[in-house]
Amino acid sequence: MSTLKDYRMDIKPNWCPGCGDFSVLAAIQKSAVNLNIEPEDMALISGIGCSGRISGYVNVYSMHTMHGRALAVAQGVKLANPDLHVICAGGDGDGFGIGLNHFAHAGRRNVDITYIVMDNQIYGLTKGQMSPTSPQGMETKSSPGGNPEQPINPLQMALASGSSFIAQAFSGDLKQLVSLIEQGMKHKGFSFINVFSPCVTFNKILTYEFFKKNLVNLDEREGYEPSNRGMAFNIVEETSSMFTGVLYKNERKTLTESQPKGSGTDMLRQGQFELNENMKDKLISRFI
Amino acid sequence: MEELTIVIGGEQGEGIESVGEILTKVLSQMGFSLYGFRNFSSRIKGGHSDFNLRISSGKEIYVNAEKVNILVAFDRASIDLYINQMDKNSIILYDSKSVKSDNLPIAPKGVIMIEAPFQELASELGSPIMKNMVALGMICALNNHSASSFHKVIQEQFLKKGMKISQLNVEAFEKGYAFIKEKNLFSIPLVPAINSNKMFLSGNEAMVIGALASGCRFMAGYPITPASEILENMINMMPEFGGVVVQAEDELSSVAMSIGASFAGTRSMTATSGPGISLMQEAIGLSGAIEIPLVIIDTQRGGPSSGLATKMEQSDLTAMLGGTHGEIPRIIISPSTVQEAIYDMNTAFNLAEKYQCPVFIAADLVLSTSKQSAEILDPLRIEMERGKRVSDEELAEQGKALYDRFAFTDDHISPRTIPGQKFGTHHATGIEHGQTGHPTEDYENRKKMMIKRMKKIETVTLGEDIKAEGEGEDLLLIGFGSTYGAIREACEAFNKDGIKAGLAHIRLLHPFPADQLEGMINKARQVIVIENNYTGQLADVIKQHIPDHSKIQKLSKFDGRPFAPSDIRKFCKELV
Repeated sequence: MSTLKDYRMDIKPNWCPGCGDFSVLAAIQKSAVNLNIEPEDMALISGIGCSGRISGYVNVYSMHTMHGRALAVAQGVKLANPDLHVICAGGDGDGFGIGLNHFAHAGRRNVDITYIVMDNQIYGLTKGQMSPTSPQGMETKSSPGGNPEQPINPLQMALASGSSFIAQAFSGDLKQLVSLIEQGMKHKGFSFINVFSPCVTFNKILTYEFFKKNLVNLDEREGYEPSNRGMAFNIVEETSSMFTGVLYKNERKTLTESQPKGSGTDMLRQGQFELNENMKDKLISRFI
Repeated sequence: MEELTIVIGGEQGEGIESVGEILTKVLSQMGFSLYGFRNFSSRIKGGHSDFNLRISSGKEIYVNAEKVNILVAFDRASIDLYINQMDKNSIILYDSKSVKSDNLPIAPKGVIMIEAPFQELASELGSPIMKNMVALGMICALNNHSASSFHKVIQEQFLKKGMKISQLNVEAFEKGYAFIKEKNLFSIPLVPAINSNKMFLSGNEAMVIGALASGCRFMAGYPITPASEILENMINMMPEFGGVVVQAEDELSSVAMSIGASFAGTRSMTATSGPGISLMQEAIGLSGAIEIPLVIIDTQRGGPSSGLATKMEQSDLTAMLGGTHGEIPRIIISPSTVQEAIYDMNTAFNLAEKYQCPVFIAADLVLSTSKQSAEILDPLRIEMERGKRVSDEELAEQGKALYDRFAFTDDHISPRTIPGQKFGTHHATGIEHGQTGHPTEDYENRKKMMIKRMKKIETVTLGEDIKAEGEGEDLLLIGFGSTYGAIREACEAFNKDGIKAGLAHIRLLHPFPADQLEGMINKARQVIVIENNYTGQLADVIKQHIPDHSKIQKLSKFDGRPFAPSDIRKFCKELV
């Protein structure tokens, strides 16, 4: 049985003190232990940005990929070895800016992976430019007169593109964060968890205090049914996205399950493979 | 005759494909060597297309002939396009219904033009659509093939449409056959073939069976001409082999998924053409930096930008050689025939895993889409070399929490662990990293890591890195990819004329086999580098590697058409 120690590494993250990403790091490690996953059975694939560095801080099979492309890499890992527990992680710029295309398609494709976005509404690694989730009017280094554009709504994006598990968490509430990541990992299909993970250096608007004051907990809301997609769209509007908890959950066939019979079986991982006569005939029958 | 060429032309949807399929299947079984190319003419309105089939009794052929012996014309465009290519003593059969006989061009001397009742005879059997089988019957009669050998294949071809239709098609074939026999026309018989049963397939199909035979179990791709056929064939065939194929949302995703699958331990690939290669550049850099095997097929077509999507070019060489920012190790293999394409895939997967870097298959439109005869797949020629992998036992012995995935070694290749292996966990990042894979900006480490990555590929070889034929004392012809067929026949023609010509076809484009080529260049009086691009990309590579390159001349063709042997003969005649 694995312990937290197995997942930890002797490397000091390069995040600023107080960064929300520390909580996400701790939550991933805790969830893995709670779910009894061995480190070698987990793959953590991340994008580029402050948050993308997370894959280097967990002792699992990890890859720090390209800006915006982590989701594609993560889907490839999972499809090639369905036994692995695959988490993909990145930031709001990575996932909703340069990588938005893959986010939408991962939702509809429904490969069984968990996508965690550390949403701080700013580009932190490049020192403070506006991001796709920066509120309109927010002053940043690249919007000194206030952000002229409307932010994207990742939750409604996920709903619209068919994600089968959607939740939102806050770095200031580790307990709920761990619970949501665990639920996401247990969910069969594509799970998306948007985490408000404040940037203490470059975002002075959307701070810990701001979130503590404004967030409501959907998990405690009476009468809310996460299986109801219409209700989910409405609650995002009603709360202006200021909530935590499971927004939507509805299991459907994963990509591996909907592929033609035979796809994604054990033969996929078979290290050695002899080309026998039967296989040879299958290969050449159409060409003779 | 020892060889002849048949062209069947008409509008798309007139059943040209079925004629080609049946004809080539029977001829393949008889042991003939074949080369077929489907032309889609954009110059002609109405969707004209034709299938140009060259048949040889003994000699292997890798290019279409420049003369046509039998032309079957379902439309007027076929006649206009081919009348000047008709051989002496050749025959044009045109449909009496769909081609008006007034206003036809005058047939050159020796060329017989016959009004053939393709549609009429088919209509007598109840359906004009079977005119293609009537035409097939006429072709067979002209070639003196026995009709019975075609019956079975025709029946098989149409069986899915029911017994009755299948039988009617055989009758249509018989009607065509009888028409020619009754006319008592001259025949163009072929000398019986000397070879045994062969496969007949396109380069794209060859790469698919090569990949599957070599254990490729994951592919992600995005539709693009002329590589889509690879994706489609993979989707059809992969489930039987237990693997997964994904049509991704774009090429950025296809290549990234392939990298992910490879990281997970599966042999994986992607296939694309020029625009896709442009989009994949960043990921190619990642594969080089994190030392993950990756096989990429580039079926080159006319560029730049959208260029000429359905036309021939070999202009991505520079992109494959130098694409992505920064410097990475890479291997580029160039198949020149369909036969080579099968086994080159095997080599590509082996080298990708052995050297842990991206491997390109530099195919081109003509190689990908032409159909050629190839020896039947030989399982004994398929080898599995999975490179340096660490066993679970070795890892247990080390018993360390973090594996040194990027350890410095004598041959610069580090043993690899894959997810699922206990004590094999490690980090892989495109940031410069130390031996465990974690980021570091240490200057000494940076230097050692760069040297490790760049030097490891120096030992790469295909065995035959350059395909050399002929003496080449007077004239050495250098090329890569599908131009092999045209260059080879130009060489043969020179040798007949007493010119000592030879060819050096580059099979390993990177790392470049400079020493071997330099020796060949030194021995030749004249050296021509022949390629389908404007700047002479291969010639420039050669000049980079070979100090004395004063002899080298470029023959470039970039109008979208492949080289014909006569293009090369004409260019060289003025020199020799």
